[in-house]
Amino acid sequence: MKMNIIVCIKQVPETTEVRINPETNTLIREGVKSIINPFDMYAIEEGVRLKERFGGKVVVVTMGPPQAEAALREAISLGADEGILISDRAFAGGDTWATSNTLSHAVIKIRKELGGFDLVLCGKQASDGDTAQVGPGISAFLDIPQVTYVKKIEEIKDNKIRLERMSEEGFDVIETPAPCLLTVVKEINEPRIPSLKAMIRAKAAKITVWSAKDIEVDAKDVGLSGSRTTVVKIFTPPQRTGGQKLTGEIPEIAEKLAGLLKSEITG
Amino acid sequence: MGIQIINDKCVGCSLCLKTCPFGAITVKDKKAIIDLHKCNLCGACLPSCKFKAILLEKPQDQAEKKDFSAYKGVWVFVEQKKGRVQSVSYELVGKARELADKLKTYVGAVLIGNNLAMEAQSLICSGADTVYLAEAPELANFLDEPYTNVLVSLIRKYKPEIVLSGATIIGRSLIARVAVKIDAGLTADCTGLDIEDERKILLQTRPAFGGNIMATIISPNYRPQMATVRHKVFLQPELDKSRKGKIIKESFPINEMASRTTLIEVVEEVENLVNLAEADIIVSGGRAMGGPENFKMLHDLAEVLGGAVGSSRAAVDSGWIPYSHQVGQTGRTVSPKIYIACGISGQIQHLVGMQSSKIIVAINKDPDAPIFKVATYGIVGDIFEIVPALTKKFREVLGK
Repeated sequence: MKMNIIVCIKQVPETTEVRINPETNTLIREGVKSIINPFDMYAIEEGVRLKERFGGKVVVVTMGPPQAEAALREAISLGADEGILISDRAFAGGDTWATSNTLSHAVIKIRKELGGFDLVLCGKQASDGDTAQVGPGISAFLDIPQVTYVKKIEEIKDNKIRLERMSEEGFDVIETPAPCLLTVVKEINEPRIPSLKAMIRAKAAKITVWSAKDIEVDAKDVGLSGSRTTVVKIFTPPQRTGGQKLTGEIPEIAEKLAGLLKSEITG
Repeated sequence: MGIQIINDKCVGCSLCLKTCPFGAITVKDKKAIIDLHKCNLCGACLPSCKFKAILLEKPQDQAEKKDFSAYKGVWVFVEQKKGRVQSVSYELVGKARELADKLKTYVGAVLIGNNLAMEAQSLICSGADTVYLAEAPELANFLDEPYTNVLVSLIRKYKPEIVLSGATIIGRSLIARVAVKIDAGLTADCTGLDIEDERKILLQTRPAFGGNIMATIISPNYRPQMATVRHKVFLQPELDKSRKGKIIKESFPINEMASRTTLIEVVEEVENLVNLAEADIIVSGGRAMGGPENFKMLHDLAEVLGGAVGSSRAAVDSGWIPYSHQVGQTGRTVSPKIYIACGISGQIQHLVGMQSSKIIVAINKDPDAPIFKVATYGIVGDIFEIVPALTKKFREVLGK
């Protein structure tokens, strides 16, 4: 069974470098590198591994500004066959509803071009928004089955995928027919390091760019105007500051800490 | 619609530059310029401009007023596992009660599963006025499609104005699908919920950018207004055995309960018996643990304290402890009463996963470790000496 796999990724700021300026209490963003959302790296790797096992094609798609092209090239260096950038000023300011709607239209267009797909893969959430809503949103728009928080694909046979979904207590074993959408967690694999050759190939790869018109989505249903939610206020939370250092001999420190925490533990 | 700089008012002072989370603003020839490809229209720059030179038009400024008078009630999607209501759902019923009182409306709880009559009663004792009970063998365990169909159909039938759910694995999977199906706005992981007095709409506050900034979000033009909330953000209400409420049994045609995905098996992992998200106390180990065998010392302390064991990414990547214990950006976000970080340096990716803990205790031999910047109580020293000493002391103090 050859598999056509669509991986949805997002370019995000490398959050390690996001710091607060203590004087102005604002974000310092100068020189912040853009990276592929860490969770999406696992989605790309899983897609590429499935393709290597079963044959087929991995198409990576992202919605973002022109510079998000870099994320697609990186995905190609990691083994994806094709990169598609969905870019249009109309997409700016989209919430998860508008973003899911946009991406589902892109998936529909890719489906047409490929003559069908078996899997849509997403990271479980993006590191800058942390919502985990876009994956299920896309599958809702496409009306295909979804399994979120996938930590292992056990078996693929006769168009059925058996997998493990993480739960708070352990995991659930689930079987789903293809086509479907899966969101994956870190435990699913260890992403590869691209070879120099792959990086050179990715640099030369052609990236397809589609606008709102290309994916036949109504401009009023994307970006800020398509959003069902809107941000009304942004503020800096009070920053946590370091408290008290406990000093002395070890038994003394233990005594102090026990005194400080006892009511919290028993209460 | 969109954002623009009013050039007549802009003096090129650069104050707005640093407020932009997306680095979209530059100043050229003493005028600010917004790169619309980078701009996310979030509005973070607006308050910084002393000259009111930034104009942001949002869609609801222009939208025609819709009539939402038919939408009443604050609902909670109640999560149950093996027939037991999860604690986060009680916490949300408590919060829903508060919101409903402000709106002078009722609290509805949607309970989906099988054989749940007793649980329905305790939801009423926790503050629900009406429990919508959908029971069927097909609904015993969570599956995305039947649960989506049931919730969507109840929302269409009764028209609640607000729907809340736990930001759990199940909640996040289900609610995002439901929101699209009923065309509603949804805000993830809210840490604050309130009612705006004037328009009686839901104010949803959540952290963004790893907690570096907070955003308040509304969905004034769609109903219901939907939000998810993590464990322990709100307090669990006390049970009032005398409270009365209605239990409405709902049944559904078999095709609405059909699922394309099948649940084959539920596996509980022994080492994961204490749910990290629900734990009041977490003892966490980092790179300085040095090896898997040393985690026993953390388990001992956690056991005495009645807590769970967490870890940093470094310890998981080294293979010392399973991923399910990982706290931080690529692991879980926790908010316990007490978080004890043992040999964790405190990289930002770890901090975003635990900095909303009520009390943070940090033990590290490096006095300059960033973890001390967020710690309520800091102890500089060797974890291998200090942790066993704490275990011994707490055993004594707590009489265990």
